[in-house]
Amino acid sequence: MTSATHDKKGRPIVAVTGIGVVTSLGVGTADNWAKLTGGVSGIRRVSRFPTDALRTTIAGTVDAVYQDGMSPAALSERVALLAGEEAVAQAGIGSKGRFPGPLFLAPPPLEVEWPDRIKMAEMAAANADTSYPDLLRVAHDYGDTYKPFKFAIIGEDLADHFGTEGSPISLNTACASGATAIQLGMEAIRRGECEAALAIGADASITQESLVRFSLLSALSTQNDPPDRASKPFSKNRDGFVLAEGAAALVLESLAHARARGARVLGILEGYGEKSDSFHRTRTSPDGKPIIATMQRALADAGVGPEDIDYINAHGTSTPENDKMEHLGVSAVFGERIRGIPISSNKSMIGHTLTAAGAVEAAFTLMTLQSQRLPPTINHAIPDPTIHLDVVPNVARDAKVNRAISNSFGFGGQNMCLVVALEPA
Amino acid sequence: MSDGREVWITGVGLITCLGEGLEAAWDHLERGDAPPYDDKTFAPYIVHPHSPVSFDKQIPKKSDQRQMELWQRIGVYAAGLALADAGLTGKPELLDNTDMIVAAAGGERDIPADTSILTGMRKVTERGPFLNERLMSDLRPTLFLAQLPNLLAGNIAIVHGVVGSSRTFLGEESAGVDAVRIAQARIAAGQSELTLVGGSYNAARWDVLLIFEQSGSTLRDRFAPVWDRGPRGGIALGNMGAFLVLESREHAEARGARPHGRLSAVRADRNRRQPGEIEATLRKEWAAIADKIDRAHAGVISGAAGLEPATAAEQVALKEIGLPVRNTGTYIGHGVEAQFVANIGIACAAVEHGKLFAPAGTGDFGSSPPDLSQVVVTAVGNWRGEGLALVERVK
Repeated sequence: MTSATHDKKGRPIVAVTGIGVVTSLGVGTADNWAKLTGGVSGIRRVSRFPTDALRTTIAGTVDAVYQDGMSPAALSERVALLAGEEAVAQAGIGSKGRFPGPLFLAPPPLEVEWPDRIKMAEMAAANADTSYPDLLRVAHDYGDTYKPFKFAIIGEDLADHFGTEGSPISLNTACASGATAIQLGMEAIRRGECEAALAIGADASITQESLVRFSLLSALSTQNDPPDRASKPFSKNRDGFVLAEGAAALVLESLAHARARGARVLGILEGYGEKSDSFHRTRTSPDGKPIIATMQRALADAGVGPEDIDYINAHGTSTPENDKMEHLGVSAVFGERIRGIPISSNKSMIGHTLTAAGAVEAAFTLMTLQSQRLPPTINHAIPDPTIHLDVVPNVARDAKVNRAISNSFGFGGQNMCLVVALEPA
Repeated sequence: MSDGREVWITGVGLITCLGEGLEAAWDHLERGDAPPYDDKTFAPYIVHPHSPVSFDKQIPKKSDQRQMELWQRIGVYAAGLALADAGLTGKPELLDNTDMIVAAAGGERDIPADTSILTGMRKVTERGPFLNERLMSDLRPTLFLAQLPNLLAGNIAIVHGVVGSSRTFLGEESAGVDAVRIAQARIAAGQSELTLVGGSYNAARWDVLLIFEQSGSTLRDRFAPVWDRGPRGGIALGNMGAFLVLESREHAEARGARPHGRLSAVRADRNRRQPGEIEATLRKEWAAIADKIDRAHAGVISGAAGLEPATAAEQVALKEIGLPVRNTGTYIGHGVEAQFVANIGIACAAVEHGKLFAPAGTGDFGSSPPDLSQVVVTAVGNWRGEGLALVERVK
């Protein structure tokens, strides 16, 4: 029956049939979910490189996956691959090395890293000061030994590994990237271009320079001790986010296709909303209008109202600015009802996984619906008196959740919201 | 799947070494004048710097200009030209619902900071702590914002007020192809009415040459047309800003916007780049659009970059297709993410003028058909991805 597989607007309904997750909490959805609902933090002291002279010395690194000397490109690819394999295996779709749809990937921006620059400088052995022309002199010999840097390298490798169809799209919408990858998959299925899509957000790019860059923007928490208490979204004493790594993969599929092959449907992606903000490069419009419009557009796209939302997976970075503006935004969209809608931040435990965050948190939102259990916002010892939200403080709890939204906001005025629901009976 | 709604190109914004604006580029191409290039500044590497522009014209606030690196200024400028051409400038009621897809590279480095750190590093034994100390003191906080790929789109939102939505695609030539394909497909399917799509490239910098030289891909020593750069070939990177306004026909007609052309099809694909695979992918893409082509009035604008084996493989496929061919890379250099968009813009000028421009090099063949009304635009990535678009005159 057509109506059961198409939404009110006549578009194919998009189901999720596979989920894979890697974070600082561990590898795999089971381990992650147990720790996330157990209120465990994955934030620890950085051990990958020396932290002398740094203001922030903690992060949510994927230590279970990292091996000595792995570049951001190699490590990001590895976590993307692990998450992708888990999702594809769970979905049981296609055959080995043959995924029946396109790949949408949110990777970290890649570039030449310091270890490479230093190795090239050594090879060049300039007599006087080391200059870029010196590096160029040896670049080709260096490139023969090490993989040259190309933005699309992770997407190409994953397309080869999973055998996805067509041109793999790598995208960046800053900290909303993971959600945008999912959105692109939803749009492609709704257009009828494909029956399935693989959406992956992956970011494992913590280096000395990346830590310094965010630090110089005063975006990071400097409350290094103890590390697991640093990320405290919606708390009065929040002082910045904690940089983190991770990946999540979702297998998206038209509901018709999923049902026809008897796949288990883990949830429905009912809608998305996006609206850009032109106020400032790193700050949100003080009136919150773009954030509000983003959530309203998502609800409208899903064909539901604020009264239909049972849970909000917050962007909740733990920066003074984000949490204040997100509070303002959800209060405007949900009105008085907001006090009765639980809203929690996964980032209190896993930190901010940057380009992966939108995908990781969409995955956790789906698992929240599946398990009917809300992951907490940990480290909620000193609530911000100006924020009136049920942040599911400190301990997980059971709840009836049929439909949720997941927010993602990023530098450059990027705002995304996904509406996720259980499969209609 | 049906083709869906008609997608029109109602705005083109272009900056290359041939000047500012589509007509300036077209005039040069039509004359077939020798291309401007610079073989001194980055010798032995050859690049095509953009012709000088006054950024104030499209980016009035100096404070905005200071927040951007050159690749962003070029892109914001070209986006402004496209919006002005489409009649969208200063119309918040339209810009508020204009979607944006940008194909970007980013990652500009602070060259003096890098080289000073590398030089200092030679004298220290504790390199890790030294690097931390120097990065904390030497990096400009705002440089990060000039490095983030999505901050070209962010700056376009801030300067021009394009705030419907914003996405940035990454990954060399294919990012440009994918950006145009998704923008076209969304409008055709009714997911968008109006989309600004494009990219920019700053080639005149050591850090980007370093990346290309790691795979030995840069053109050096002697300039030659893209088809004639020898067995290994080479890329002469070009500074480029290229943006298009794509719009549903209904939306354009309702507001009386004039179309440069119709974007009737965009194909994007990839392969593992084994021998013969580039040709096979191009054949497949061509087969998908071949029945729309009126051979008496059609030509090809190739985005060949000059790197082998990609360029030779493209030539094999183009000879099979048999339509007259012109390349732009010889004239404007290779703008990576921006190249495909620039070439669609130039294809608009070709169908508007009803002819192809002057040939350059041995791979350009055939005379311009009379009353040219269709142009097939190709993009063969220097290391991955093959794309194709069909631009048609709106009669």
